[in-house]
Amino acid sequence: MADWPLFEVFIRSKHGLNHKHVGSVHAADRRMAIENARELYTRRNEGVSIWVVPASEITASSPDEKEPLFDPSNDKVYRHASFYKLPKEVGHM
Amino acid sequence: MYAQLVETGTSKLRTLDEMSPEERQFQERINDEIKIEPKNWMPDAYRKTLIRQISQHAHSEIVGMLPEGNWLTRAPTLKRKLQLMAKIQDEAGHGLYLYSAMETLGADRDEEIDKLHDGRAKYSSIFNYPTLNWADMGTIGWLVDGAAIVNQVPLQRTSYGPYARAMIRVCKEESFHQRQGYQILLTMMQEGTDDQKAMVQDSINRFWWPALMMFGPSDENSPNSAQSMAWKIKRHSNDELRQRFLDQTVPQLELLGCTAPDQDLKYNQETGHYEFGAIDWQEFFDVVKGNGPCNRERVEARRNAIDNGAWVREAAVAHAAKRQRRAA
Repeated sequence: MADWPLFEVFIRSKHGLNHKHVGSVHAADRRMAIENARELYTRRNEGVSIWVVPASEITASSPDEKEPLFDPSNDKVYRHASFYKLPKEVGHM
Repeated sequence: MYAQLVETGTSKLRTLDEMSPEERQFQERINDEIKIEPKNWMPDAYRKTLIRQISQHAHSEIVGMLPEGNWLTRAPTLKRKLQLMAKIQDEAGHGLYLYSAMETLGADRDEEIDKLHDGRAKYSSIFNYPTLNWADMGTIGWLVDGAAIVNQVPLQRTSYGPYARAMIRVCKEESFHQRQGYQILLTMMQEGTDDQKAMVQDSINRFWWPALMMFGPSDENSPNSAQSMAWKIKRHSNDELRQRFLDQTVPQLELLGCTAPDQDLKYNQETGHYEFGAIDWQEFFDVVKGNGPCNRERVEARRNAIDNGAWVREAAVAHAAKRQRRAA
């Protein structure tokens, strides 16, 4: 497969849902990547739409960055609805 | 199982205190059932062992297509032919899910396939037995895929994320394989002629012991298990899985109206488990070492497939280049 680049595959399983990463395929080009992904990941109605992206084009965050990236959101409890206590009389809000 | 005798490269299990801070953090993550993902730090031995295990698993799926391919053109009806073809296509798919999981560890697919072709990498012992009659298609689906399911269901919880996710996909498809196999045998036993029934029994006689061997050596001869279990890339011992398989399979065997080639097979009321006779481990090790009935034929078929298919891969690259030039 040395000549065939790796593509990451994303499938939309149903109309209205978002595409979700399912795995990868090798292919000579993007079109063939779609065809291979169809054969590999949607043999049983698993999808209504496929995206393929050259794996080399994906930029990912590193696990080392977990704290600087995600910790700041932990201490902002006021971003959650449950932070705001309201009297019972208000009912569902 | 599909992965047998996977070397871990470690001789003794280390305690958390003996580990480096990084390794300790890694092990604690596993203990807490948090998945390891491709970019996380992992010990070299974990990475290497997983590459060996996943590639062996993938090779098994790919080589596993060959015994069934033998009966594609000989299937008794068009319906059976279509079913068998769908099953074989699934095996190819399973191999590809697994190779793709393996690549997330930094392994090179071509290199790992080379290892299969020059004998450095193993695949499951079961695929080195010939498929001599049509009932073998039923027995393989029922016993071989049945044993695979018993092994793969716990692997859905394996510690390495991409492997676990590939296993979830595989398991979803595997039950079709087992059911179609069992139905082939049921049909032959319930509607078949005496010759066809005899074919089923003959097939079970040949595949029974090799299917039990799929789970690998008994626990006392399984030196790599402790490390693999600590890493949670193996979740139950070989003997435990073998027993689980046997307990669920014997009632199905009886329902078929067939027998096992094992005079010692009996149900133990007290333990609630079936007991079975001695496994011929010499046979198992012979087959694993490359001296089973079909080892050479299987590897040669794979080599030919790659070599004779080279022009297709080259043509695809040329075609893609042409398409790109035209679009430019």
